[in-house]
Amino acid sequence: MTSTTTSTNTTTSTNTMTSTATTSTIASDGFTLDPADREAILEERAHYPYPQAASIEALKIVQKRHGHVPDGAIPAIAETLGIGVADVEGVATFYSLIFRQPVGRHVILICDSSSCFLTDYEELRDAFIAHLGIQIGQTTADGRFTLLPVCCLGACDRGPTILIGEDLHGPVAPDEIPRLLEAYA
Amino acid sequence: MSRILQSASERRAETHPLTWRLHDDQSPVLLDEYCRTQGYEAVTKALEQYTYETLTEEVKTANLRGRGGAGFSAGFKWSLTMKGDDVPRGYIVCNADEMEPGTFKDRLLMEQQPHLLIEGMIIAGFANRSKQGYIFLRGEYHRAAASIQRALADARAEGWLGPDVRGSGWDFDIALHTGAGRYICGEETALINSLEGKRANPRAKPPFPGQSGAWGLPTVVNNVETLCNVPGIVNNGADWFQALSGDLSSDGGTKLYGVSGKVNNPGLWELPMGTTGNRIIELAGGMRDGLTLKSWLPGGGSTGFLLPEHLELALDFDTIGKTGSRMGTGLLTVVADSQSMVSLTRNLEEFFSRESCGWCTPCRDGLPWSVKLLRALEAGEGEPGDIELLEQMARDLGPGKTFCAHAPGAAMPLASAIHYFRDEFERGVTRPKGKAHADPIPVGSV
Repeated sequence: MTSTTTSTNTTTSTNTMTSTATTSTIASDGFTLDPADREAILEERAHYPYPQAASIEALKIVQKRHGHVPDGAIPAIAETLGIGVADVEGVATFYSLIFRQPVGRHVILICDSSSCFLTDYEELRDAFIAHLGIQIGQTTADGRFTLLPVCCLGACDRGPTILIGEDLHGPVAPDEIPRLLEAYA
Repeated sequence: MSRILQSASERRAETHPLTWRLHDDQSPVLLDEYCRTQGYEAVTKALEQYTYETLTEEVKTANLRGRGGAGFSAGFKWSLTMKGDDVPRGYIVCNADEMEPGTFKDRLLMEQQPHLLIEGMIIAGFANRSKQGYIFLRGEYHRAAASIQRALADARAEGWLGPDVRGSGWDFDIALHTGAGRYICGEETALINSLEGKRANPRAKPPFPGQSGAWGLPTVVNNVETLCNVPGIVNNGADWFQALSGDLSSDGGTKLYGVSGKVNNPGLWELPMGTTGNRIIELAGGMRDGLTLKSWLPGGGSTGFLLPEHLELALDFDTIGKTGSRMGTGLLTVVADSQSMVSLTRNLEEFFSRESCGWCTPCRDGLPWSVKLLRALEAGEGEPGDIELLEQMARDLGPGKTFCAHAPGAAMPLASAIHYFRDEFERGVTRPKGKAHADPIPVGSV
């Protein structure tokens, strides 16, 4: 995002718009909100008395399609909901499960809270780092996996636990990693 | 996929109001079966036989205390909620943002028996004259989300939700709101901000949510397990609820207790409130691999460490509160003798440091500082005064210094770990004064 204006009069459907040409709008970075996503966001808006309440769900809708939330999606969501760009940006930079950079096709959330820590999380983390060849917070070169920490996954009776997409796994032994990841192409 | 480790034959309606319907194969209890087994009878009874005042009074008499960890009387909370003919109708919000380290009980109830929660919310909504309910569910609970969504649709189709609930003339519906991470969303007022689509910073109190909560309207926030206790109280009465815990506790009801850590059978059990830690760890099959229990957390990362001798105490809010710790969520985290308390405390403070919303200075700046000191002690590179500084910080992070309970929650394991295991911390002090911590904290290091 290159422009700093806070106008909410954002063009979201103009793929050809360049950031240098926009003085009264925020650059969309070539982002176009998918009509189905726009529909889904408006549907979410109906669940609440005020549209801002749907902003987190809107970010999740966009992320579901794109893997992350591109900068250009922020003004698009703001316009769709009729709320301020800064409000959407504020939320999009607060919540840990909203990704603002491209991530791998599969995000591995590894629980690092106390119960998993006590059931040998550190060994599991080191095994993931060794197996994937990346550090926590990084994505593999082939774009397949991103490894991120997450706070307590609420499955402490099965620690150490990880969440890949919607799949909870636990307890995961370090030597099970290669076989476990086969299911995620 | 949490597991209740009592088999179906051990769980009965009279004694296990939260779990008696649950299947051994962990499949969810659907609407038909729920209704065949007394389901939604409490809604009918509440709508026909109670006013919102008498309903609140019944729950107050039952002494149902908040199962999210604070232990505040649910009925008393309801009685403080503004409601009346001249007050706009507000919201009942279920706090289903289960993220307290070591806690996995609400997951069980939501995945396997969502109708009990919905029934409890309908009754709570009626008692508080709410116009709408929201279930604030953490984003990572995908199975629970699917289970709740289906249950809401099924309940709506049968007229338990929607306009004119079962012909009562009362309109009430519930929507599912899923989060996008951040532990702080579990704090009552931060949760309301998050529900409104804002950053999850806590709000100043007063006004309390009961006066001005979601979108400025009276709002009641109750935990999943708390709400799941409501149908039983309405069906069987406050006296029955009180009697569930017998002589074990002055708090009524049962509790979903659990154990995690290096025990043989980690899991969940529904037991009378006031069951001892010893009994629960016995049910968990004791420590595994020949380990010995050195310490334990009674109910999550924001509770204080206790010693093996405290396991004989009744696990209820007042008894554990007298030790200086808190019962919290009542799910025990056990620590083996081979575990360094300095490392574990460092892990906990890293958690609180990362999850601080950054609103208040002591929390935002103090917690990363505590992590830096703990890392030094863990590496055997601490200096004289470090432990005293950590103790000072635990005091400065305590109640009343910040908007919410996040910092006091972080202070509790820190202070108690040093209190009970000071020698382990002292072993990390090896450097001369003034040499160890010259470097600033690297940005983004915690």
